[in-house]
Amino acid sequence: MLPQRLIETLVGLFLLFAIVSLTVLAFKVSGLTSLFPSDSYTISAAFDDIGGLKVRSPVKIGGVQIGEVTGVSLDPVTFKAVVSMRIESGVKDISDDSSASILTAGLLGDNYVAIAPMYSNTYLKNGDQLQFTHSAMVLEKLIGQFIYKMGGGDDAGQSKGEKNANP
Amino acid sequence: MMNAMAGLGRWGMDNVREFGKAGLLLYRVLFCIPHLRKGFPLLVQQIYAEGVLSLLIIVVSSLFIGMVLALQGYHTLAKFGASQELGPLVALSVVRELGPVVTAILFAGRAGSALAAEIGLMKATEQLSSMEMMAVDPLRRVIAPRFWGGFISMPLLTVIFNATAIYGAYLVGVKWLGLDAGVFWSNMQSSVVFRADIVNGIYKSVVFGMAVTWISVAQGYFAVPTSAGIASATTKSVVYSSLVILGLDFILTAMMIGDW
Repeated sequence: MLPQRLIETLVGLFLLFAIVSLTVLAFKVSGLTSLFPSDSYTISAAFDDIGGLKVRSPVKIGGVQIGEVTGVSLDPVTFKAVVSMRIESGVKDISDDSSASILTAGLLGDNYVAIAPMYSNTYLKNGDQLQFTHSAMVLEKLIGQFIYKMGGGDDAGQSKGEKNANP
Repeated sequence: MMNAMAGLGRWGMDNVREFGKAGLLLYRVLFCIPHLRKGFPLLVQQIYAEGVLSLLIIVVSSLFIGMVLALQGYHTLAKFGASQELGPLVALSVVRELGPVVTAILFAGRAGSALAAEIGLMKATEQLSSMEMMAVDPLRRVIAPRFWGGFISMPLLTVIFNATAIYGAYLVGVKWLGLDAGVFWSNMQSSVVFRADIVNGIYKSVVFGMAVTWISVAQGYFAVPTSAGIASATTKSVVYSSLVILGLDFILTAMMIGDW
């Protein structure tokens, strides 16, 4: 039987090891940041179609992540999808005529919100809404349109296609 | 025919009676008033015996499970050109399923069987009865610290298992197979959610810890006080624990995926 003091020390080390593991899991594995939220402000944008956008999807300007999506809801009057986004307060000079579009990372990757900055001198504040939005490109719709055009008719579509194929 | 029916009925009644006795035991352990000054050292000793001494088998097996997952996952994912998704694959499968379940099964084999054998032998050699003779409540002195020790140790062991398994996957995926470390971690971070994946895994391990220690303690406490009885109690504690862990895991997963 080990002395009680040694046992207590070993149990203490065990607890410490577990706490370190939990910290590693939280910050290194799950990328937890919301426990100590950095300073940020919230803006929103209404889209016709958000495709596969989810909560925690990234918000980017020029490919650099500046925030994340915090909520997606449906406006019951206009039937537009309202996406609220948390933007790091370091990026505060986004002009209010900027446009937001939903893009896809790679051909089959996840959706993200890309904000294209513009030149107005008034800037977005907490709670503001972006006016100009572009909906997500839904791959199925594009394929549908493509197939419709390919087989869409023996008249205009096909003759045009043939003309392009044989210059 | 009637004999068979009667046998079935007796079997059912025996099982229900055993279950009820185990339930009463659990109730008395959960609601006995703890004696802080005397109870705490006993609890620490049991956390040492069940948690610290299980650490070696947990760390070694988790390291190898993580390494094997990474190796298998890498070669399968590489066929689809998706080897950069190795981090999410390993992290999600370990944190959600393998971590809690494998830890609980190893814990049942390493600590649960020892609990059942120890308490069973205490009963067979009438140590429990002699404690009662000395006006020491064996439930408070022997059973409760062992139960709470396992209950506390299990989530801690699970967290350690998760971390070392992911480290093992990192060793194989990044250091050996040459995946980019940044891709490995950032893909993992973007698909693992703390609340939904890691915390739910810990909830599972809390439930498993309670089930395993309850089964082991009850098997030991109600063991037939002979050498054969102790042997069968030890075997049963491991077998029942493993079955209950796998069954509960399915139920808990179904509840978690269905958002409770």
